[in-house]
Amino acid sequence: MVDTFLDIPILLPPLIVGLSLLILFNRIPPSACCGMLAGGALIAAIWGAARKGNGIVIRFLVGSAILFGLLSFVFAGSQRSFEGIVSEVGFPMTFHPLGVVLAQFPVAAAFAVRTMRTTFDQISPRYEEVAMTLGCNRGQAFMRVVLPLAGKGIVAAGTMAWARALGEFGPILIFAGATRGRTEVLATSVFLEINIGNLPGAAALSLLMILLAVSTLLIVRCLAGRGGAV
Amino acid sequence: MSGGILVLEQVTVQAGDFVLSPFSLEIREGECVALMGPSGCGKTTLLETVCGLREGPVGGRVVLDGLEVTNLPPGARGIGLVPQDVVLFPSLTVREQIEFGPKLHGWKPEEIKERVESLARDLGLEGLLSRLPEGLSGGEARRVALGRALALRPQLLCLDEALSGLDEARHDEVLGVIRKMIEREGVTALHVTHSKKEAEAIADRVVVMD
Repeated sequence: MVDTFLDIPILLPPLIVGLSLLILFNRIPPSACCGMLAGGALIAAIWGAARKGNGIVIRFLVGSAILFGLLSFVFAGSQRSFEGIVSEVGFPMTFHPLGVVLAQFPVAAAFAVRTMRTTFDQISPRYEEVAMTLGCNRGQAFMRVVLPLAGKGIVAAGTMAWARALGEFGPILIFAGATRGRTEVLATSVFLEINIGNLPGAAALSLLMILLAVSTLLIVRCLAGRGGAV
Repeated sequence: MSGGILVLEQVTVQAGDFVLSPFSLEIREGECVALMGPSGCGKTTLLETVCGLREGPVGGRVVLDGLEVTNLPPGARGIGLVPQDVVLFPSLTVREQIEFGPKLHGWKPEEIKERVESLARDLGLEGLLSRLPEGLSGGEARRVALGRALALRPQLLCLDEALSGLDEARHDEVLGVIRKMIEREGVTALHVTHSKKEAEAIADRVVVMD
């Protein structure tokens, strides 16, 4: 069940993540949601079938579209939208720099949680058990024994999540926009530079992203090579 | 049944599909008992129940030094465990492994230092105190695990096939160290093993589970 929810943002086509966030934030009227949901689910199902040929993937995608749809109806049905609520407490989201973070979050967090879960799964519960015979309670055993063992895996998870967020494009473009100097990130900058015909600028930014991606991979491999539970 | 440092009264344990038939045992203070039996008969399950590492037994009672510990957490039982797979904490040095329990129990630094040095001397670990587990041999790792389990001066020392996987020379060496430490510390011991020879060499009494 947890795995299914973790897979949703990873497997969703990026544009659908962005659209889902807009629906969630009530920027699209409820009447339009129905059509979009049906269309989104259909596209997702066809995309999943074509790409993987795997029934599980289709279920994930259709399920996720329904999940986002249900959330949208919850908020659309109330007088105050989710957007309105978060704006009132000082966190405007759509087409705002904070929206960039929110658009990056679902996929990046899913990568981080998946990596960390693998890390913790590799650590034998025997460590906790022995620590408990020495006087630890479960919390102390986790903090004193398990967490130090998972340290490298947690760093690797953070690195992977950061790298994934760095390359995020579709959801940011749709949910936060690509406004110069406001909601612009590396990936959307490449898009903006191409739009104004500045190909050398776009190439330089792309090269920078490649360098960052390679550095990230090297860091993760280095951590894994040192025997950490990555 | 009473008077033993460890008393198991009709203990029944369920672990998945496996059910341990009611089992009773009494171990006197200072006695070393070897628990033998065929694979899958529930020796390790019983040992883990004694240590509190399994949910409370389905039936029966575990009494340690007159106090019922059936539902007490592992750390409150006063039992030291040397597991089959040794399980040294990878990020801690040998000194930190032995200090782990005393530090958790709030011993004074000078008491901890004295205890660690005393155990290191008795176990032949003096030159290894700053080493991490990854650099230790099988025999050395067993001795560190024994030191860690004895550091808190437990009422009962549980050894779960603690000598398995060692070659003959290391096996005999570690067996001698365990025997010596049990006598020197005056600790009561429950030793789970497959080997009749090992059981006879280390134990005052051998109990066979069917």
